[in-house]
Amino acid sequence: MTVHRIQLTVNGIMEDLEVPGHMTLLMMLRENLALTGTKNGCEAGECGACTVLLNGEPVNSCLVLAVECDGAEVLTVEGLTENGSLDALQKAFIAQNAIQCGFCTPGMLISAYALLQRNPRPDEQEIAEVLVGNLCRCTGYARIIRAIWDAAGS
Amino acid sequence: MSDTQNIPEVVGSDMRRVDVREKASGAAIFTDDVQFGSNLLHARIKRSLHPHALIKSIDISQAQALLGVKAVVTGDDFPGKIGLYLKDRNIFARDRVRFIGDPVAGVAAETEEIAERALDLIQVEYEPLPPIFHPLDAIKPDAILIHPDLGDYEVANFIFPEPGTNISNHFKIRKGDTESAWQKCTAVVEREYYIPHIQHVPIETHVAIAEVSHSGKITLWSSSQSPFAQRDLIAKTLGVSPSSIRVISHYVGGGFGCKAGVTMEALPIVIAMKVKGHPVKLRLTREEEFFTNFVRQALVIKLKVGCDKEGNILAMENTMYWDGGASTEYGVNITRAGGYSSTGPYDIPNVKTDSYCMYTNNTVGGPYRGFGMSELHTGIEQYMDELADEIGMDKLEFRLKNVVQDGDILATGMVMHPTGIMECIRKVAEAIDWGKPGQPGAPHKKRGKGIALMWKAPAMPPNPGSSATMKLNEDGTILLGVGGQELGQGAFTVAAQLAAATLGVPFDWVRITTPVDTDYSPYEWQTVASRLTWSMGNAVMAAAQDVRRQVFEVVSEAWEENPDDLDIVDGVVISKRSEREIPLRDFCVYGIPKENFDGWIGGPIYGRGKFMPTYVTGLDKETGQGKRAVVHYTTGAQAFEVEIDCDTGKLEVIRAAAAFDVGKAINPDLVKAQMEGGLVQGLSSALFEQMVFKDGEMQNPSFVDYRIATSVDLPREIQTFIVEVPQDDGPYGARGIGEHPMVPTVAGIANAIHEAVGIRLPGPPFTAEKIFMAMKDRKG
Repeated sequence: MTVHRIQLTVNGIMEDLEVPGHMTLLMMLRENLALTGTKNGCEAGECGACTVLLNGEPVNSCLVLAVECDGAEVLTVEGLTENGSLDALQKAFIAQNAIQCGFCTPGMLISAYALLQRNPRPDEQEIAEVLVGNLCRCTGYARIIRAIWDAAGS
Repeated sequence: MSDTQNIPEVVGSDMRRVDVREKASGAAIFTDDVQFGSNLLHARIKRSLHPHALIKSIDISQAQALLGVKAVVTGDDFPGKIGLYLKDRNIFARDRVRFIGDPVAGVAAETEEIAERALDLIQVEYEPLPPIFHPLDAIKPDAILIHPDLGDYEVANFIFPEPGTNISNHFKIRKGDTESAWQKCTAVVEREYYIPHIQHVPIETHVAIAEVSHSGKITLWSSSQSPFAQRDLIAKTLGVSPSSIRVISHYVGGGFGCKAGVTMEALPIVIAMKVKGHPVKLRLTREEEFFTNFVRQALVIKLKVGCDKEGNILAMENTMYWDGGASTEYGVNITRAGGYSSTGPYDIPNVKTDSYCMYTNNTVGGPYRGFGMSELHTGIEQYMDELADEIGMDKLEFRLKNVVQDGDILATGMVMHPTGIMECIRKVAEAIDWGKPGQPGAPHKKRGKGIALMWKAPAMPPNPGSSATMKLNEDGTILLGVGGQELGQGAFTVAAQLAAATLGVPFDWVRITTPVDTDYSPYEWQTVASRLTWSMGNAVMAAAQDVRRQVFEVVSEAWEENPDDLDIVDGVVISKRSEREIPLRDFCVYGIPKENFDGWIGGPIYGRGKFMPTYVTGLDKETGQGKRAVVHYTTGAQAFEVEIDCDTGKLEVIRAAAAFDVGKAINPDLVKAQMEGGLVQGLSSALFEQMVFKDGEMQNPSFVDYRIATSVDLPREIQTFIVEVPQDDGPYGARGIGEHPMVPTVAGIANAIHEAVGIRLPGPPFTAEKIFMAMKDRKG
């Protein structure tokens, strides 16, 4: 098994890691860095639970190899919290009761964060279309959409 | 049980979820997040590729020889049977396999990749048997027996298997005389309907890690709705004491029933028994999640219902054939629930019901949000529309005329309790402007409105227990111990509200002890049946009352007052007589010194409480009659306005309304969140979901091919209404609401489709293609 050395920035912190060639970014985050906020829901790029930002773009981290991330910047849900205080999106999810089991929440937050970076004032339709790759089985989505809309307005 | 007049402010308030900061920050721990270090081994399961076959031989020698493989286990190692209501399942298949996906062997290895490679080296020789894929084939007299030993299986005394057939439960109701009633009917509707298999689709797949110590202690970390039931069932199967098994269960990433009972959790345990000291992890892939664990079983329902010319329903005959799958250890009770609730929420004097649980060689059916009620109501509520049409009565009026009310004698003989279903019906009808035709958005579109009612009782054994503990900390705050699980429904938050309200402390003083741990948490039967707010809630309130009693004992002695004059308000004990005050923190651990240092009173305060319904009776095997079949019924209604594009068959839900009688909403916004989420899950099953099988093999085990509702599939508007007719033994009058919101959805949408374009499809999902083709056929 070939092991590769990579350097990357995760949530603003420089990491220097040795990873097997077949290791996904998802597994690297969860197992090498113990950043378990990013969830494994299907390992096939279909549910969005593992969404992270890679160089500013939302990706399914289960479909990206860790070795591809050499030199990259990665943002995970843990990176949304600054100095222990929650981001506006996280606060809006809480205020709207947009979280039930919470397993899709990290991926939802990252997808929403990427949207607001690109378009600070999306309408509800734009929000819904961006979330189409993030599956949620509990909430019925309406509160998540409302929370993102609220966060955009704040 | 509790005062429904003087309700503390924290009850009925939208308190913030206690789990939500952790979940929003990514810090919340789910089972797969627990770190085990390099000692961890990874398990994979060799599964049957045959739907039905005898196992002639299994050769594991090559797999055992593979570098990195630590253990290989087969059914030969563990003979015991397992199951909740009917012990009909082996942990690993032994003499035969009964569905595609049946576990045949398990491997633990240093990595998942090695374990996966080892599976290919296991040689299994099968002798195929004729398979059965449909419940109506399974019931034929000459059908091959899927469980020839059915008569030898251990079974709960309210489940009635018929050995020598494929019927694992036959529940009957014989009330009144349906035969003579048909002659009095002006209109009779007789139909057959099919509900396909669907899957729960929690976003977190099943995961369990087991470790067996050299002293024999078994620890299981599992994503579970049922830590205590798992401990007990697995212990019985392995022939060990429940006290030698410890189940630790962190937050559950969605359950909906599939993480109840035992499904895959015994697999890593028996593998770990061969590699003592190593934790062994088994995480199902998404593909495995779809068809190797519980699914919602399919149903064939044959219904005959009739009414007189005034619209009074006189009789119903309801025959249900449930496709229970290869094992029905849990599913048998779904067919029982379908049986005793088989009339739906209607007052019908003459009822004949036969609910059959059929073994087939399909994947294993199990509990799914609604526990049979969605499937049942999908049939009933469409036929009620048809019957109303037959006699030319408004569908709403027809329902209001026949709906179940306080004091009605139900199909089982039980007397109905007060219920707010009429108010639910009126609320949802008003919300969608019932009676006024909708205006389509374009000339090629048509609109229709539909309504559907529901009822559901918690389906349980008669005696499922709850308990709770309450520990007071040095600063007066509370550690509340519960054994129920937080699945996302808000159980921990509601428990904290009930604790704070009953004890008399601020809400944010209550912390729930997590994770649920069978060694340290109080007993809870299972987190199922929408029973926690009611049952665990009662136990929490009892624990708080126990603490109050202890507190008043100490303070009354110290102050030389009558305990009846004391109260706790905002964490301070006050005397209504002397107006003295003392904060809990001043004495709840260290006690109160007597005057002049003449010794101490009190000590650490630790409360406990329990609840178990004691009044549920058995039902006669031949007639289904008994005094009290269930603890209570939650009732409700939904209404929909849909728009159908006649050029494509595409359906859009314009408006949806939901109203449920929850007795008392402890946290109204969480109740509404359940109503919304359940409605969308129901909508998903109405429009998209079906497990497609070919010769017993699921053809669509991925999110690409098995579509669930996404963020762009929502109704344009969802209105929710809380109705509160108190439950006599509920906490402040509360009943459950978790499962109910998806029960009437399929029928409500089906009725709206019929109203819009005049078609009734033979079963969900109502895809655009099916709607379009049916419209085309109708036009000829």
